[in-house]
Amino acid sequence: MSTLTAERPTAEVASRPKAPKRRLRGESKLHPMVWVFVIAVMGFSLIPFYWLVNTSLKKGASLSQGELFPSQPTLENYLVVFQNPEFLLALRNSVIIAVVTTTVALVFASFAAYALARLKMRRKAMILTLILSVTTFPAIAIAAPMFSIWREIGLYDTLLGLIIPKLTFALPLAIYTLTSFFKEIPRELEESAYMDGATPFVAFRKVILPLAVPGLATTAILVFISVWNEFLLAVTLTTSPEARPVPVAIAFFSGTSEFEQPLGTISAASVIITIPLVILVLLCQKRIVSGMTAGAVKG
Amino acid sequence: MALKTLLPGRSPSVAPARPVSGRDRAERKLAFRMTAPSLVIMALVAAVPIGYAIWLSLNQYSVRTAGLSRFVGLDNYVAALTSNEWWAAFGQTFLFAGLSVSLELILGTAMALLLNLAFKGRAVLRTVVLLPYAIITVVSAITWQTMFQPNMGLVTNVLSTLGLPGGDVVWLGEHGYAMAVIVMADVWKTTPFAALIILAGLQVISAETYEAAELDGASKWQTFVNITLPLLRPAIVLAAIFRTMDALRVFDLPFVLTRGANGTESMSMLAYTQLRENRLVGEGSALSILTFLTVMVVSVIYVRFAGGNIRDVAKEEQ
Repeated sequence: MSTLTAERPTAEVASRPKAPKRRLRGESKLHPMVWVFVIAVMGFSLIPFYWLVNTSLKKGASLSQGELFPSQPTLENYLVVFQNPEFLLALRNSVIIAVVTTTVALVFASFAAYALARLKMRRKAMILTLILSVTTFPAIAIAAPMFSIWREIGLYDTLLGLIIPKLTFALPLAIYTLTSFFKEIPRELEESAYMDGATPFVAFRKVILPLAVPGLATTAILVFISVWNEFLLAVTLTTSPEARPVPVAIAFFSGTSEFEQPLGTISAASVIITIPLVILVLLCQKRIVSGMTAGAVKG
Repeated sequence: MALKTLLPGRSPSVAPARPVSGRDRAERKLAFRMTAPSLVIMALVAAVPIGYAIWLSLNQYSVRTAGLSRFVGLDNYVAALTSNEWWAAFGQTFLFAGLSVSLELILGTAMALLLNLAFKGRAVLRTVVLLPYAIITVVSAITWQTMFQPNMGLVTNVLSTLGLPGGDVVWLGEHGYAMAVIVMADVWKTTPFAALIILAGLQVISAETYEAAELDGASKWQTFVNITLPLLRPAIVLAAIFRTMDALRVFDLPFVLTRGANGTESMSMLAYTQLRENRLVGEGSALSILTFLTVMVVSVIYVRFAGGNIRDVAKEEQ
């Protein structure tokens, strides 16, 4: 389960003797019903994707009749989306917001997480509980006052005005996930740095950070997905295409004309922004799983 | 791994003794300096706005003249708590949370048990199961809208071809049906999360435990009920807490699917509508504070009565 290279060998050695035993036990008694469940779960996960793609490839009668297989598949919906300047702006906004928020959150969180994972500290349990409880705050409680404050000071409907409140949720998520990754790094490595006369901060910079690169990457992925996904703050604090990120743009997407069923274009836009995330899951599956369960925090 | 620390049977890691107290003091100072920036940011972007929201909720703001306001005390709260809209949204949100979280835990446990079995294609199944998790919530809503759209949807088409009820229903146009679609969209996207937490709990249970049960002649069902479920309890509770907290602030799904129509408005949506659509800053702020308090009360109840393991972790940190 661990993504930390330092721990990987021990984890594998520990699980190796068990694995063949379990496989024998499992495979010899695998009930046919299990396959029914496997197929049902796969169907439940994949069929909606198929239908989204299917809908995005249809127009006119083929779309309104709901053909199971598009008789005349067309990419026209995709062309419409890419010719829509508001959608392109939204993509740009989302990338800027997600990259900046993730970077800032990771920098501050890695300091805090190191202190929480390793250093002696007063009221550590209280601080951890506090941080964890922030992740459960309903975003509306932040969005409502931010709406008033930002309109007073001119940050309403700006990218910066979105990045700042998004940190509220990105930072605790990053701190919590990173703390559990830092805890997994063997202490011996720091101890030998201390022997060589290093201060705790030097140990953090020279020993922990390089070893924690996989954990940092995992945390970055989870925070990025969560910021990219966030909707309530984004819809409350923006009003123009110049500041709207992707989820809001899609929610307000209304197609080409009022006579055309807009669901075809909306589906195409949805497919476009889903593809990078699907690739991310396929490439970083192990990381995402270990991060989700490490912090046990919603990503 | 943090989840393992939540499960019983782990000895707390012993910090190596460093007797020099001057060093301790330096370490505490460093720890403070390293956490302070994050805590300051969180105070500025979370605590300050919430404090300001409380102040806003105690005033009434003129819709016509900008900047004109008067202090009204708890009037906005009294108005909200005696309104049908608030209690409808309250009931709606809890109904949604109850339905979706129960389904997610049941399905998540089933998925976790499947993923814990050894069979060819387990890796494929894990990837497939994880895919909906990466979908943004707005797209999950749109996906299920395409599934249930009259005439165009897969589900509606299949139902009417088979002559089953529901084929000619405008699903998003009626309360019960609209709720079903909203719950479905949530279950689809977030069951993987529950499944992976529960799977992590499942993998900590040692094979020896099962072998002992097998030797005692326990049936598969007996083993599941008497051994697996009790040992899984901490993981299931953890998944339940995170999923419930998230479900109680539901906003994206009803926003995209119904705009809150047909009695599907959630607490967060009601506050948003008052604030942004109706420009009622005082009322909207009171509603968002009420939403906040509701979620906090539920989380305290959860941690008190179900989350003994979480408190143990907190103790262990000291």
